[in-house]
Amino acid sequence: MTTTTYDGHAEEKNYLNAKPGIWSWLTTLDHKRIGVMYLISILFAFFLGGMLALLVRTELLTPGKTIVDADTYNQLFTLHGAIMIFLFIIPGIPAAIGNFVLPLMLGAKDVAFPRLNLLSWYLWITGAVFAIVSMVVGAVDTGWTFYTPYSTQTSTQVINMTMGVFILGFSSIFTGLNFVVTIHKLRPAGMTWWRMPLMLWGLYATAIIQVLATPVLGITLLLLVAERALGVGIFDPSLGGDPLLYQHFFWFYSHPAVYIMILPAMGVISELISVHSRKTIFGYHAIALSSVAIAAFSFIVWGHHMFTAMSPMGNMIFSALTFSVSIPSAVKTFNWLATLYRGHIRLNAPMLYALAFIFLFGIGGLTGLFLGALATDIHLHDTYFIVAHFHYVMFGGTVIAFLGGIHHWWPKMFGRMYNENLARIACLLIFLGFNFTFFTQFILGTMGMPRRYYDYIDTFATLHQFSTMGSYIMAVGFFLTAGYLIHSLVAGERAVENPWGAATLEWRTASPPIEHNFHETPDANYPYDYSVNRYNPETGNYDYIGPSRVDDHGHAVGFHGAESTT
Amino acid sequence: MSDHSDHPSYLGHHYDTVEQQFDSGKLGMWLFLATEILLFAGLFCAYAIYRKNHPEVFIYAHQFLDKNLGGINTLVLITSSFTMAMAVRMAQLGKKQATAGLLALTLLGGVGFLGIKAVEYEHKWKHGLLWGTKYRDQDAEHGTPGEHGGEHGTEGETAPGEHSLRLSLPGVEIAHAAEDAGHGAAGNEATSGEAAANGTEHAADGTEHSASGDATMSEGAAAEGAQMDASADESGEPAPIVGGEAMPHSGLAKGASQPQGMAAPAEAGEGHGTGHKPSNVHIFFGIYFLMTGLHGLHVIAGMGAISWVLIRTLRGDFSAEYSTPVDLVGLYWHLVDLVWIYLFPLLYLIH
Amino acid sequence: MNLVFDLIAQLALMGVAQTANKTFYMPPQASASAAHVDWLFDLILWISVFFFVLIVILMVMFIVKYRVKDPNAEGPRIYHNTPLEITWTAIPLAIVVVIFWLGFKGYMDLAVPPANAYEIQVTGQKWKWLFTYPNGYVDEILHVPSDRPVTLVMTSTDVIHAMYIPAFRAKTDVMPGRYTKIWFDATEPGTYPLFCAEYCGTGHSAMITEVLVHGPGEFETWMDEAANWIATMAPEEAGLKLYSMLGCQQCHSTTGAAGIGPTWAGLFGSERKMKDGSTIVADENYIRQSILEPQAEIVAGFDPVMPTFQGRIKDDGIAALIAYMKSLQ
Repeated sequence: MTTTTYDGHAEEKNYLNAKPGIWSWLTTLDHKRIGVMYLISILFAFFLGGMLALLVRTELLTPGKTIVDADTYNQLFTLHGAIMIFLFIIPGIPAAIGNFVLPLMLGAKDVAFPRLNLLSWYLWITGAVFAIVSMVVGAVDTGWTFYTPYSTQTSTQVINMTMGVFILGFSSIFTGLNFVVTIHKLRPAGMTWWRMPLMLWGLYATAIIQVLATPVLGITLLLLVAERALGVGIFDPSLGGDPLLYQHFFWFYSHPAVYIMILPAMGVISELISVHSRKTIFGYHAIALSSVAIAAFSFIVWGHHMFTAMSPMGNMIFSALTFSVSIPSAVKTFNWLATLYRGHIRLNAPMLYALAFIFLFGIGGLTGLFLGALATDIHLHDTYFIVAHFHYVMFGGTVIAFLGGIHHWWPKMFGRMYNENLARIACLLIFLGFNFTFFTQFILGTMGMPRRYYDYIDTFATLHQFSTMGSYIMAVGFFLTAGYLIHSLVAGERAVENPWGAATLEWRTASPPIEHNFHETPDANYPYDYSVNRYNPETGNYDYIGPSRVDDHGHAVGFHGAESTT
Repeated sequence: MSDHSDHPSYLGHHYDTVEQQFDSGKLGMWLFLATEILLFAGLFCAYAIYRKNHPEVFIYAHQFLDKNLGGINTLVLITSSFTMAMAVRMAQLGKKQATAGLLALTLLGGVGFLGIKAVEYEHKWKHGLLWGTKYRDQDAEHGTPGEHGGEHGTEGETAPGEHSLRLSLPGVEIAHAAEDAGHGAAGNEATSGEAAANGTEHAADGTEHSASGDATMSEGAAAEGAQMDASADESGEPAPIVGGEAMPHSGLAKGASQPQGMAAPAEAGEGHGTGHKPSNVHIFFGIYFLMTGLHGLHVIAGMGAISWVLIRTLRGDFSAEYSTPVDLVGLYWHLVDLVWIYLFPLLYLIH
Repeated sequence: MNLVFDLIAQLALMGVAQTANKTFYMPPQASASAAHVDWLFDLILWISVFFFVLIVILMVMFIVKYRVKDPNAEGPRIYHNTPLEITWTAIPLAIVVVIFWLGFKGYMDLAVPPANAYEIQVTGQKWKWLFTYPNGYVDEILHVPSDRPVTLVMTSTDVIHAMYIPAFRAKTDVMPGRYTKIWFDATEPGTYPLFCAEYCGTGHSAMITEVLVHGPGEFETWMDEAANWIATMAPEEAGLKLYSMLGCQQCHSTTGAAGIGPTWAGLFGSERKMKDGSTIVADENYIRQSILEPQAEIVAGFDPVMPTFQGRIKDDGIAALIAYMKSLQ
């Protein structure tokens, strides 16, 4: 088995320059190129959603009108939510990073259905066009949840937006379907289930939710469109329909969707923590299986979004089930902590993001306890406490992990290094700004400030100003990040094959990878055995010196191996 | 592995073997079928919930569906599933002519199904047996609906216009009778969330029609006024039923007033008997059209897929070694068939 | 099992009872249930603080202590540790079971109203609240007694709203087409904000009003006065108030603009052309009849859609409305 060590021959074509011209990108079937196209697209959506968020925060700087009127404000927060969730966070890690790394980590040449993969991207683009057109021709003011009967009565562009989300749903389904089949059928010999990196377990669990939950969103949105366009009345109380049924349908998808967002983030964090403390992950099986457990639990907790509208019996059941989800999440956090113990921790940008994730996701998860408990949820439901809670999970969790992942895989994706110091400063700014913005909102919510309020009573003014200031600090952090990443593309130092010393397979090919990923399918080893590579002070690369010396053939030996040799 | 020369043209570069590719395709198709089933599952849920809450609507309304045409359609689809299965078998054996012939037969089955469906839809369209705001009240005075939509049709058309006009007054009174009952019931015996149901049951006692509780409020939102007017024009009724709708804001007063399209049940006090009509019959037709409509779209998609493999068969793309697309399209067509097998008894054969 | 939970609850309650009436950033406690909700909030808060601080301290300690020195050094291969893993699964599990149980118990107190509660009908509409008292009086501010529990029976005329009174820790969705309930036992006289908590459009954030908790015995006094409010106001003003309270404005404009019903501007005293071709002068008797028997005479160009207000308005109210109409000449 030969190894492709880094020896600096820049002549070899990589996936970026293998075929020239924009057309070769738009028709590419290469998962890496599709991943990059996704990355560019979702970052555009992120920028748009971020600008909307800044407008929302600016409007809330003072009570009453600051910059826009009430209707515009309602459209701003609706579009912020819809764009961030459907266009950015849901496809964020799976479709952009996942598309790029999944086959590489697996040792495969591509995903199972490359054409379908490209179709997913085009569906994303189509959905995005619908969403943005709805924004241009009159916006939507329903909130991203499109609750009936408001959404059937408002005069805004609900059909346009829901059709966009419907199409985005199919994009998500096809990505998930592709990943499930790829992981089942395209694992090369030697890549057993228990040798899959935890990132892949996270993506696998995510993909299952994408396939099983998204169709329900599809039919819900179709019903909403039928309701508006034809007057079907399934959700319209004035026609004998039940508006709460809509909420059940919607959350049957949208709660699992929360885990579509967070599970891949947990996968990313598992990689980052282990690689950057150069120590095997603690509790590999527990983390892998808790991903699957979370995926399964995610389908039975949707009712906790309706605690103020359901019967006591329903509330009791959903409250109990909701707490069940907290356990696997807690287990993961403890596993990451235990991985840090006696590691060799490198405080570079990806690791800083990983640590920020533990901090922020910790807050996000623990505040979930207040909301799962019925008595306290009644007070906190639909207040800023909720807003703060889900931003700590979605932003403090998923977006931070996404940023960590981007910094971790950036050298592999583009073959360039970024400015490490600027990256650390940006990470700090985002971390601080984020806490400023959203921790204040926990306090606001506890005080009783309802969410989606354009105007507020004076009691809340100071905290709102703090929150808005925080969002500006965050914005500076993001612009700094954009700056040094773009700079690295043109002037960054050339990246070596394996700058972090990771033991997963994507680091066993050139940076950036060749078009077909590997010259030879690499031998899979236990993904967190760091004895397979050694640091080369001359090149800065961790040269592969494998094969793995851990006797992990068959997982039984490898994993009960506190006793195994160093 | 990286040697591509042993790759047949139909084997993707990222697959090692034909079996791997076939297995992947098959798994992918099964997953896709799972998503399709879940897509329909949403509608089946809606069906189950409304049938449980308003059984009388389903029992009343399903009589307007034509069991014979539905039955024939079921046979047509089952037959086409059979020819599809045969086509898959022939494709695996590499028999090009037989495959093409059977695929064409399957396609014909699809056309037949859609044709019959179109006839059914046309009846319903003509008689206003439609969803939500498009629904036109079926006149109870002319007895229970006929076995065949066609026969029934002429009866159903007796000018609902004057009828509704006459009824709008009692409609309002009922609303007020119910107001008190609604207040009382809500206060005394109803538990949270069910207050409405109880309230209107009281009202129903007084007026001898069983409006189902949580569903019978009429709209107050001005936004809906336009919608209602439009629908009124549509069905030729001179702004009839608005008894409840135009009432002032007090939601409680409207607790039991009749929603749009529901003038007739207000009349139940007079014509109570065998021809008794439940309110909100349109919900059934809404579900009927959504389910059969979505299914119809799947039939069309399936026919598109069959046409595609038919062309590829005729072009000679398939052989005994490789006929995966025929296989996968076959799976899809069976799903389309399966969904109908559930739809038919659930919609047509209600007891 | 129940006993154990109660014991834990009591112990914790004793610990917290010493702290002030107001905790964290919770609004003032103005209802009987608020203290329990806040107590549970505090309990979860301190559990969360404990675990969060633990996680952060460990994290910082590890970062400081185990900074990388040798790029090749690999951490010890600790794959797992069964006792440790069981511990950190079991302890959180036990904690969340307790939290769930306490949350559920507290919620049942919030959800089930006592039988003797005073009942007020609530209508949510874009974008205001209307509170109808048992004697028919309607107000836009919620007045409640402090010496007996109150149940609100709520419905909406348009979209979903949610009744939210932070000081009572009470919140329930208000839905069109059905009734929902909320109850509370207000304990502290005073004025507290009342919000709409479910997004309902342009005026969502303006759909706020106040709860006025009357001291013992004062509620009845207020009620008596309020019931006679028409007598205490100038007739035109009372008429204007009735005009919006009874919802006349939904169909009748006062600006001359066309609506579902005829405008009131310039209506009084004018000659009305009826649907049957006759002509009637809009005098006091005509107005009175139109309110009580709206279907008797229909003005040409309008549909007979107005409901009767028989039983909903008394003579003094009709007189006030007529006075208001007269002022719209």
